[in-house]
Amino acid sequence: MLSSGALAWAQANLFSSIGSSFVTIGCIAFVAYFLPQVVAWATTHAVWSASDGAFCRQRQDGACWAFVIAKWDYLRFGSYPVAERWRVDLVEAVGALLVAWLLWTNAPRRALGALLFFVAYPILALILLHGSSVLGLPVVDTLLWGGIFVSLLTAVVGIVFSLPLGVLLALGRRSPLSVVRMASVVFIEFVRGVPFITVLFMANNLLPLFLPEAWTPDRLLRPLAGIVIFSAAYMAEEVRGGLQSLGKGQYEASMALGLNYPRLMALVILPQALTLVIPGIVNNFIGLFMDTTLVSVVGVTDFLEAMNNAMKDPVWAGPTIMVTGYVFAGIFYFCFCYGMARYSAHVERILAKAHK
Amino acid sequence: MTSISLADADRGAAAIRFTGVHKWYGSFHVLRNIDLTVGRGERIVVCGPSGSGKSTLIRCVNRLEKHQRGSIVVDGVELTDDITRIDEVRREVGMVFQSFNLFPHLTILENCALAPIWVRKMRKDDAEALATKLLARVKILDQAHKYPGQLSGGQQQRAAIARALCMTPKIMLFDEPTSSLDPEMVKEVLDTMSALAQEGMTMIVVTHEMGFARQVADRVVFMDMGEIVEVNEPLAFFDHPQHARTKLFLSQILR
Repeated sequence: MLSSGALAWAQANLFSSIGSSFVTIGCIAFVAYFLPQVVAWATTHAVWSASDGAFCRQRQDGACWAFVIAKWDYLRFGSYPVAERWRVDLVEAVGALLVAWLLWTNAPRRALGALLFFVAYPILALILLHGSSVLGLPVVDTLLWGGIFVSLLTAVVGIVFSLPLGVLLALGRRSPLSVVRMASVVFIEFVRGVPFITVLFMANNLLPLFLPEAWTPDRLLRPLAGIVIFSAAYMAEEVRGGLQSLGKGQYEASMALGLNYPRLMALVILPQALTLVIPGIVNNFIGLFMDTTLVSVVGVTDFLEAMNNAMKDPVWAGPTIMVTGYVFAGIFYFCFCYGMARYSAHVERILAKAHK
Repeated sequence: MTSISLADADRGAAAIRFTGVHKWYGSFHVLRNIDLTVGRGERIVVCGPSGSGKSTLIRCVNRLEKHQRGSIVVDGVELTDDITRIDEVRREVGMVFQSFNLFPHLTILENCALAPIWVRKMRKDDAEALATKLLARVKILDQAHKYPGQLSGGQQQRAAIARALCMTPKIMLFDEPTSSLDPEMVKEVLDTMSALAQEGMTMIVVTHEMGFARQVADRVVFMDMGEIVEVNEPLAFFDHPQHARTKLFLSQILR
């Protein structure tokens, strides 16, 4: 039996008028008709285990999860040598641990966590992923890197570098020094004015032309630079919005106390400005995560590209493979982006409480 | 007249010396030929109609505004474009604003301890002990761990006074400190300021609170149209104003 509260709520929100009753019933009918089919497609009608595509070709009304399971290692690691994949596992595990430490707002010693994540971890990751002859780890060329770990690497590098660069650009754009201001404006407007693919191609093809041959950046590093540059320009405009919404009283009070420019910014202005624009910053992060799928146009095998490659395997060819693959990829991207959105909402709530 | 000899002469005597100061906002002449010397421990109240340049005058003392002609010497240091000298002056000059300008993302205690830690290089414990002492002095110690948004206007302004005092300034500037307060909160802020004056702080106060001027000020400065029209001791100023403009202003403000 429904409680009277639930009944009252339903009456007020779902059946308050004839029109809204129709909409409610229509929506319920729609969900009742399609949801069971989707669930059945994904579960009871799906093929969960098979050694090749033959069984999936017979069961065309269900997803072919067996394909994803069979290709799982390739989707995660790309062509990274099988014997060395433990190194990727280790980097991912340590990374997950450190990110959890940093994201847990009440965690003990977060400063230490930040130090480890931003200083020690990149060095560890580079040595482990790339290899080092000194430590007896065989070098794995970035040509072989691929799959989920490249997507995560691209996203993390993009996020970690684009925010500080964006802050610097935003401050530069408001600088009283006209050279700094002009340089920031030109950079931001130029990067915002061209599509991401253009930035990627430029990073890929132009960067090596400007640098001596010995310094030619790695083929994975170039798109990484591209994504940082692209995202930083958008980040700069978000941050500038935050800076502009603070009154000049905060600047004057800080200056009157004798705080110099770097301290005024770091202690008073940026903490407030960045808090104000968290939704926009996270929006940029989510966009950046989606944009990592475009690095495939310059020959990097990210997760989506690995999925595309896996679907071309004739052993698994069949009518359900493409839908299964893209649905799985969609779920993967959704989980990360929704996670970011929820986390930012959580942080906003904490900060809002603190300022009440 | 050289600024060097002036600065030397000032070291003993004057806290602040304006000499022939002019300032323009674009073509608007906001300060005209200001000459004013403020002695150590002296309490000056600046009044005048809005737009008369009184706020601009005190904002020039810690270089929140830049004057274009003349010289301003604060505690023996002449204000120029030299940023280290400006910082030197700002360390010794506290300021209280009409709109409080507390840092909303920090607690009251953190607001007070921030500058001592980062500018005076005090240890965090010492800075917080100092902040606690001064918050007790302005009678809002119980609010120390709240955020500014949780306090009443009068409490916020007293917190702002404590924040400025935490730098142990030699000079305090007050820019209409009670103008944005509800009437019932004006007294608590004025009482705090009177107590400060009693301890011998050098103060310049821009205010319309004529009762405060009468009781606390050593001299009252009347400004109009960017110039100092009249300077006098409070009794003489209020009872026997010399200039027509002063008389008009007083007749408008005192009824």
